[in-house]
Amino acid sequence: MKATEQNTSNNTQPSMGAEEVVWGILRSINDPEIPVISIVDLGIVRAVSVEEHHLVKIIITPTYSGCPAHDVIKMTIQLSLLENNIKNFSIEQRLFPAWTTDWISDSGRQKLKAYGIAPPNHTQAVCTPEIFQKEESVQCPHCNSFHTIMISQFGSTACKALYKCEDCKEPFDYFKCH
Amino acid sequence: MKHLTDYILHLADNALIMGQRNAEWCGHGPILEQDIALTNISLDLIGQSRYLYQYAAELAGNNATEDSLAYLRTEREFKNCLLTEQPNGDWGQTILKQFLFSTYQLYLFEWLQQYQDERLKAIAAKALKEVTYHVRWSSEWVIRLGDGTEESKQRMLNAIDALWMYTGEMFIPSESEMALQIPLDRIYKQWDAKTKAVLNEATLLIPEKVFMQKGGKSGVHTEYLGYILTEMQYMQRTYPDSEW
Ligand SMILES: [Zn+2]
Repeated sequence: MKATEQNTSNNTQPSMGAEEVVWGILRSINDPEIPVISIVDLGIVRAVSVEEHHLVKIIITPTYSGCPAHDVIKMTIQLSLLENNIKNFSIEQRLFPAWTTDWISDSGRQKLKAYGIAPPNHTQAVCTPEIFQKEESVQCPHCNSFHTIMISQFGSTACKALYKCEDCKEPFDYFKCH
Repeated sequence: MKHLTDYILHLADNALIMGQRNAEWCGHGPILEQDIALTNISLDLIGQSRYLYQYAAELAGNNATEDSLAYLRTEREFKNCLLTEQPNGDWGQTILKQFLFSTYQLYLFEWLQQYQDERLKAIAAKALKEVTYHVRWSSEWVIRLGDGTEESKQRMLNAIDALWMYTGEMFIPSESEMALQIPLDRIYKQWDAKTKAVLNEATLLIPEKVFMQKGGKSGVHTEYLGYILTEMQYMQRTYPDSEW
């Protein structure tokens, strides 16, 4: 797959506020694996601009290198733009700076929690190679207890770790700091 | 340019073969959580290999694509280190292989994220965040097994016997590594210190005076690569031009 894809047919006339229109479209696209949070809230969309000849440029970044959702996200963006009659666009994948959970918006964090996934802690405690570190204290999204333990650093998707609550006894996913 | 393309391909092949080997564990892990851990690592590595193949394809030109590079090159054209193609063996051998390889990737990518080539630098910086998890996970398992029961210890000793002879090659520079001045001697020192610390914690000894095998970087592989390539490439060769 090419890093940049161009669709050069041009029969649309984005008006003033065209960038806002595009942001609006992107905000309506949810992550395919966590269908309650938009790709904008996740920090995947890095920039939107409308250039000469109404060329819409979108820059996106993947979360993890092997995230299978990334290709789906790119395809969904293309389809959504076309559905909204925007045909002159390019979607560029940018790797640097590398995506970080710091870019997840506050509303995104709330949506994760409401969905039952503990959002990344605000103080970024990213993984280091040091062995047997003390685990971060993560709040249970069900009963709000901090009395939780990590079961595995690797969860159902690359971005999550598996935790268990010692109070309500429920297992839950933690969107780990990255 | 040829040196850069060759080097990117070498990095891509390392990640792809290591990732595909791990994927063999999918559905066969000792417990569900560790099965998932290993397949997560597999996915990270295959993702890294895609970025590298995409870049190599652009550099190589001639209508090369990430698919043609991964799925239509022959055994002698693959430049991965011998370590990555070794069979998984038991859980201990898989863990040790991951630890030895991930530790190498860790220090290499730390260095590459400062490299002069913007594209390679970006790939390394991104991959480094993932590799950090792999190093931590695999080193904790090396310690758990080495300093575990009599049997788990014996299995780790067997794994060392099976794999140690393939570690030297990672640090013997190829033509392209020499041309690009990749400081493998420095990366070796960091790798050696980390490996010693973890194996020491695991009450395992590092073997001395092992004859080191080499050849992978120049396309001369152990018998195992051919089999994994056959399985991996069968789909692309049966249904030409399918895409990732
Ligand atoms: Zn709870």
